[in-house]
Amino acid sequence: MSSSIFDSSPGDSNPGGDFAAREAAIALPPRNTALRRFCRHRLAMAGAIIIAILVLGSYLGPYLIPYDDTFIDIMQRFAPPFSGAHILGTDELGRDMLARLMMGGRISLAVGFTAMVISMGIGILVGAIAGYYGGIVGAALMRFVDAVLCFPSIFLLLALAALIEPGVASITLLIAATAWMDVARIVEGQIRGLRERDFAVAAEALGASDLRIVFRELVPNAVAPIVVAATLNVAKAILLESYVSYLGYGIQPPTPSWGNMLNNAQIYLTSAPWLAILPGLFITLAVTSFNFLGDGLRDALDPRMENH
Amino acid sequence: MAPYLIRRFGQAVLLLLVVSMIGFAILHLAPGGPMAQYAIGSNMSQEDLDRIAQQLGLDRPLPVQYAEWLWRMLGGDWGTSFRDGQPVLHVIGSHLGATLQLMLTATLLAIFLGCWIGILGAIRRYSVFDYLATIGAMVALSIPTFWFGLVTIFVFSVELGWLPAGNRETVGDGSLLDMLHHLIAPAMVLALVETAIWSRFMRSSMLDVVNQDYIRTARAKGLPRFKVLTRHALRNALLPMITVAGLQMPTLLGGALVTETVFTWPGMGRLFLDSISYRDYPVVMGILMFSAAMVLIGNLLADMLYAVADPRIRLG
Repeated sequence: MSSSIFDSSPGDSNPGGDFAAREAAIALPPRNTALRRFCRHRLAMAGAIIIAILVLGSYLGPYLIPYDDTFIDIMQRFAPPFSGAHILGTDELGRDMLARLMMGGRISLAVGFTAMVISMGIGILVGAIAGYYGGIVGAALMRFVDAVLCFPSIFLLLALAALIEPGVASITLLIAATAWMDVARIVEGQIRGLRERDFAVAAEALGASDLRIVFRELVPNAVAPIVVAATLNVAKAILLESYVSYLGYGIQPPTPSWGNMLNNAQIYLTSAPWLAILPGLFITLAVTSFNFLGDGLRDALDPRMENH
Repeated sequence: MAPYLIRRFGQAVLLLLVVSMIGFAILHLAPGGPMAQYAIGSNMSQEDLDRIAQQLGLDRPLPVQYAEWLWRMLGGDWGTSFRDGQPVLHVIGSHLGATLQLMLTATLLAIFLGCWIGILGAIRRYSVFDYLATIGAMVALSIPTFWFGLVTIFVFSVELGWLPAGNRETVGDGSLLDMLHHLIAPAMVLALVETAIWSRFMRSSMLDVVNQDYIRTARAKGLPRFKVLTRHALRNALLPMITVAGLQMPTLLGGALVTETVFTWPGMGRLFLDSISYRDYPVVMGILMFSAAMVLIGNLLADMLYAVADPRIRLG
């Protein structure tokens, strides 16, 4: 299943959309032009490099700077960026912004990555079962996917988050619980197509178990769209974390995340705009990078699916 | 056409049924379940609570409860808000106008801008504009909507002082001009993601059409390029956009929730968030079901409109 620009063919009953639409809408322009190749690979490469810098910065950075992300220094409140000892300034409690952005990056990236792994696990499992067995089981599973997709992700995520005790682990699980459906659709389509192919029929004729056919024969052959979906899912998960944390139902302070750093930044928009601008820049940077990387991977891994 | 419509409608109803089951499950997952309104901050004893539970039928098997809950919902009884005792449908209804106004304005803005960018990108394929539009769309899809809202407020309200920082109208004013003035920023913010999506789909659709034989024929028989583009190409390229429009409902609703929060816009999204913080489960559930229904109706309408607009689509 191609998840390129024209994913949703006319008449396709696809109640999805939402973040999926955001991804589906992307595919860089033309083929076979030097400009395009240059552009596409440069952007995917740039994405990979930025992701590497963000990960290294978040995990090693805190050891390299002299400030702690939780150290409150009332005398140093609202120090603007590039003006003194604190390179990116301080927040409303005088905490170093750079240190908080780094620690927040750890949380946001870890939540994004872990949620991706979990949602891929659920999505691949549901998609594989539905695609392989088909029939009533497959139809029931996919209709369930359709039904969950009817809820806008943010609504579903907030409603569920309100029911539980918010924490890093529970929020990660909830994000995964609202992000697996598109993966299930992609995998289901792939498996359904692949299981009729000769090699799958041969494996079946040789007496291989269902489990073996699915996970040793079919899923490995669908690895390209799965890898692409996984990359885009990290972007989606980071975005979802930022939404739910910004709205106050995600990662709870004092643990910083890029999303919850923006939670009360709006109050200080007039006096200390960097509190709002900096974390958002990092979210945008990370999400854009994963999206470009996913787009580049799609191009590199799956030459068959090309539109224009 | 009739059998097709009936089948599609039947599918939608079935899907809505599954959606309602998920909704019912969430309501019963809520701490205290539907009893929460009596348990929170009330001076009722456990005996009172047990009696009420029995009176409300909460001691009966879940399937029975589900059937009754569903029956009531179909009859328009969506429960009462914990917060002010108003019927849920009434509460949602009083916030719906603001949301629809915002969504509609943003959609129109996005359709206009998105189609324009998409068409231009398709006509001048591989141009600098095309590349910038592509990269711009990717970045636009990656920006958290609420952050774009904050930046918009910072630039246009704090720094430039051109636009109000929030709310739907100035208290005591309420003129049309004042409302439009308040509408600009949130509509712009909500339109960003939509514009990116529309421009990508429009570009793709336009490219599909431009490469068709009848376009070459039209050009070959000497029609001017502009006329071919507007009369032949655009008409057909806009057709699939009906489907795109129908699929935007979840993105729009989610975006509206966030935009309304940033701009203190008194719509359904903000109501949802307020209701969550008040633990007002009936309203939370109501909005969840309502938005899911809107998504389904959007899909259904898109399918039908597409079938009506494109005679090539065989129904049945």
